[in-house]
Amino acid sequence: MSTLAARGIVPEPIARQPWEMLIPLLLLTGFGGLVLYSAGGGAMMPFALPHFLRFAVFAVMAGVIAALSRPTIDMLTYPAYLAVLLMLLAVEIVGAVGGGSQRWLEVGPIRIQPSELMKPAVVLAVARFYAMLPAGMIGTWRSVVPAGVLIALPIGLVLMQPDLGTSVAIAFGGVVVMFLAGLPLWWFLLAGGAAVAAAPLLYFFALHDYQRARVTTFLDPESDPLGAGYHIAQSKIAIGSGGIFGKGFNNGTQSHLDYLPEPHTDFVFATMAEEWGLVGGLFVLAMYALILRWGWKVAGEAQDRFSALLAAGATATIFFYIAINLLMVMGMAPAKGIPLPWMSHGGSSMMTNMICIGLLMMVNRWNREAPRRGLVT
Amino acid sequence: MKIPFLSRGAERPARHVSASILRSSFERRAVLIAGIQGGIGVLLALRLGYLAVAENEKYRLQSESNRVNLTLIPPRRGWILDRNGAPLASNRADFRVDVIPERLSDPEGTIDQLGELLALAPTRIADIKHKLASARGFQPVEVASGLDYEKFAALSVRLPDLPGVVPQRGFSRFYPTASSVGHLIGYVGPASAEEYEKDPNPLLYTPGFKIGKDGLEKQFEKQLRGIPGARRVEVTAGGRIVRDLETREDVQGKAVRLTIDGPLQDYAARRIGLESGSVVVMDCNTGDLLCMASMPSFDPNSFSDGIGGVEYAMLREDERVPLRNKVLKGLYPPGSTVKPMVSMALMEAGIDPEETVFCGGGLRVGNRVFGCWNRRGHGQVNMAKAIYQSCDVYFYAMAQRIGMDPIAAMARRCGLGQEFPLPVISQFYGTVPDPAWKLKKWGREWQTFDTVNATIGQGYMLANPLQLAVMAARLATGHHVMPRLTLDTRPKGFDTIDFPAEQVAYVRKAMSDVVNGPGTAGRARLPIEGVQMAGKTGTAQVVSLSISNGKSGPWKYRDHGLFIFFAPYDNPRYAGAVVIEHGGGSGAAYPIARDVMTFMFDPAKGLEALRALEQQWGGTAQQRLEARYAAYAAARGATIIRPPRREQEIFDRVEAEARLAAAQSEAIAEQVIAPRPEANPAASPQPGEPAPVAEATAAAPSPSPPAEGNR
Repeated sequence: MSTLAARGIVPEPIARQPWEMLIPLLLLTGFGGLVLYSAGGGAMMPFALPHFLRFAVFAVMAGVIAALSRPTIDMLTYPAYLAVLLMLLAVEIVGAVGGGSQRWLEVGPIRIQPSELMKPAVVLAVARFYAMLPAGMIGTWRSVVPAGVLIALPIGLVLMQPDLGTSVAIAFGGVVVMFLAGLPLWWFLLAGGAAVAAAPLLYFFALHDYQRARVTTFLDPESDPLGAGYHIAQSKIAIGSGGIFGKGFNNGTQSHLDYLPEPHTDFVFATMAEEWGLVGGLFVLAMYALILRWGWKVAGEAQDRFSALLAAGATATIFFYIAINLLMVMGMAPAKGIPLPWMSHGGSSMMTNMICIGLLMMVNRWNREAPRRGLVT
Repeated sequence: MKIPFLSRGAERPARHVSASILRSSFERRAVLIAGIQGGIGVLLALRLGYLAVAENEKYRLQSESNRVNLTLIPPRRGWILDRNGAPLASNRADFRVDVIPERLSDPEGTIDQLGELLALAPTRIADIKHKLASARGFQPVEVASGLDYEKFAALSVRLPDLPGVVPQRGFSRFYPTASSVGHLIGYVGPASAEEYEKDPNPLLYTPGFKIGKDGLEKQFEKQLRGIPGARRVEVTAGGRIVRDLETREDVQGKAVRLTIDGPLQDYAARRIGLESGSVVVMDCNTGDLLCMASMPSFDPNSFSDGIGGVEYAMLREDERVPLRNKVLKGLYPPGSTVKPMVSMALMEAGIDPEETVFCGGGLRVGNRVFGCWNRRGHGQVNMAKAIYQSCDVYFYAMAQRIGMDPIAAMARRCGLGQEFPLPVISQFYGTVPDPAWKLKKWGREWQTFDTVNATIGQGYMLANPLQLAVMAARLATGHHVMPRLTLDTRPKGFDTIDFPAEQVAYVRKAMSDVVNGPGTAGRARLPIEGVQMAGKTGTAQVVSLSISNGKSGPWKYRDHGLFIFFAPYDNPRYAGAVVIEHGGGSGAAYPIARDVMTFMFDPAKGLEALRALEQQWGGTAQQRLEARYAAYAAARGATIIRPPRREQEIFDRVEAEARLAAAQSEAIAEQVIAPRPEANPAASPQPGEPAPVAEATAAAPSPSPPAEGNR
């Protein structure tokens, strides 16, 4: 790209975009649209066209985010976090008043899922917190308690919805930032040990029946072949029956004959693998690898602690989606409603991931515009 | 091994944390996390490869078995044909609807909805719900068959809202002569849970598939079943058929060709009329069973879609036991019909047929007097007269001379007490009593009066109508005729000669005189030029004289009427037996034999007689059955007894009751039997009895009236 720009063939504003990420992203989204076209019974509606439209809308949003300046971000981080937190609270209140649990707020025609917004918001807030924290205080209780509160508050609210998957995703983003901020390693080991010890207690006392069923099914898929295990089993059949080259575009029987549940959202990878086979699957994995590698590169090139932590946190958040979804569809994690970024049909996850991409592009721009490494804070 | 980023925690208290240290820590840890992520990526790629390549075959199979649904097409059942190739049981293309209980989301609601759509009767809906409640999940329950296309189409469009409902084009069993063949052919029905356990073939719970439940349908199940076809379809997870992939046609079951003469069977069944009884006709030259009619009966067509509660209640409450096959499971004291057989025994024992016995109206045996039916006595009686006048005293006297054992042996040789190698589910073989038997069964010595009772076919003697028909055939031919029911078996017994020709001729002539001479059944004469029927009447007492006189009073105490016959008398072609339960005497039996034989030789003449009778009775047997059912359903619809869930229970119950009924006459086995008047002389019809066929023709030869007149 840069050679083309140097020769003046491609205008500089276009040439300076991070194409090493954008090209895989566009390919992935296009491929996702293709899979959704098939999942929709060989038609643009109801899945493929909204998918492209959403991507277009959120791409513009990502562009806007990418254009934000460092001071603006510094100024907006905590208020944004607070606003999302209040929205989560509002969800709880509306849910309580409405007499049922719900996960979204409705503003006119738009349905916002605040827990999704919270994922980048937590990353931002925790990164900002550690960026502000004097280096000497790392390792003291003051380095962990405020960050812990920043993470725990939204998790508590999301758990009340109840939405275990999203709370784990929020925790994952926050904890990765904490880890990268340099907190003592043995704290994490200790917390991990405690989590393992607490898991049985959590399983028996904190989980809902349907959540427990998912865990049981994951540990022993044969226990319920027609119930919760059915989804995973059908997903594995779809992927396995695709073989190396797949059954061909629009020829997936598992998805077209309704054996595969949610062929357009959670199990879109299985829909894809059935029709495109191992080749399609490796292509998707490769595209994700390129995008994530670029994310880590942006983090590595970051000029200051905040941008580094932010970029790493955003990358980790995207990774979390991909990993959990793919582990699930291949039968290596419990069934959980986590969609696959840029392939699954659905606005919320697309928004979250595009916010993360926007943040990464923003950091990338900061890196480019301040090539000299300085120590801010 | 010292891992760089581990150092921080361990050395924390001693080190001053600076921004640059944090930066390098970030970089190390970022590499770690990115590495973990890369590792997970590699793991995912390996897993993907494992699923798609190593396990591809397994999952491809599973995906195929998901996608492709194999449905069995019930084979068309083989036909059951009569001796001339006319169907007694065939198949009719129709539209049918079944439900699969385990796929119903709301059984009650679905059935109500179906009832409304298909306009089912409330009793039928109640039956279906009852069946549904006790059905196993996978066993289809028939809702309706024989639907017209409009209803079928109306249902088909609503299918998406009716999970578990299976409409089908198929074939259903059809019995053209309906109740006439009910007992003989049996019926078909969906396989029960027990039948499935015995033969776990998925065909058994394929909707629309029926197996033989009774009679020949059950006996020839293997041959009739055929090979199911198969249809491979692509289905969605919800069971909706997307398209047909492949269809293999079914192979129809093989036909069973019976010796039965369809029209004769139908005629005889209808001719029994309002009575309860049976008619058996055999071919004397082959042993072919031409007719095994047992009435009243049930309609096998309506049993095929399950035995309805109302229908079952009606049949069950009928004291004429429409569920019992009386040809094989009706046991009756044969009465005087055994006399020709006893005569054969006497001749074999060396008694000269011309030797006479004086009949003065009774004979003292021990301290009891055994009467002749003719209280005034027959005077001097030789063997022929004893047969055609049915003189009891002659047989009392002669039988005492030779004893019971030769008579019992002769009875067995003639077929009484025997089971025949026929393809039937079960046959009762009755009793031929002799001293050894009585000692074993009752622990008492044989008495002279036992012999006396046995010689007139009373006492412990019991036989079924089939045995009586075989006896008639063997007496008529002198050969050991074996009955056969299917055309693919070989005629048997014709190389065994039972009786010398001159004895056969003597008995034939005496039996002919019963009808055509000065005998007891003058009105049985055939209205056909040149064909004379020979026969022997019998009247069997069922209860003690103190309860009933056998002619009037409660139906179940009346005497049985029996008649054995063959025709033409001098060169027998057909032989048979008619038994009318509680008909009040032989007068109820032989007019039926006469009309059946008339039909045999001149169908038009036979039908003419039947039509006149059926007009009095109110329609054919099938029409009367339907009318009765309608009336019964209207009256009793609400409070009905449920049929047992298992057909086997029905069969067991019917069989147990049949045994009980047969034991009825044992109660009076040791009493003095007061033989009932047999005579119905030709020229003097009894009032109240249905007018005989073509009275004018019958009267034309001007039969000589016997001495003992109008009895």
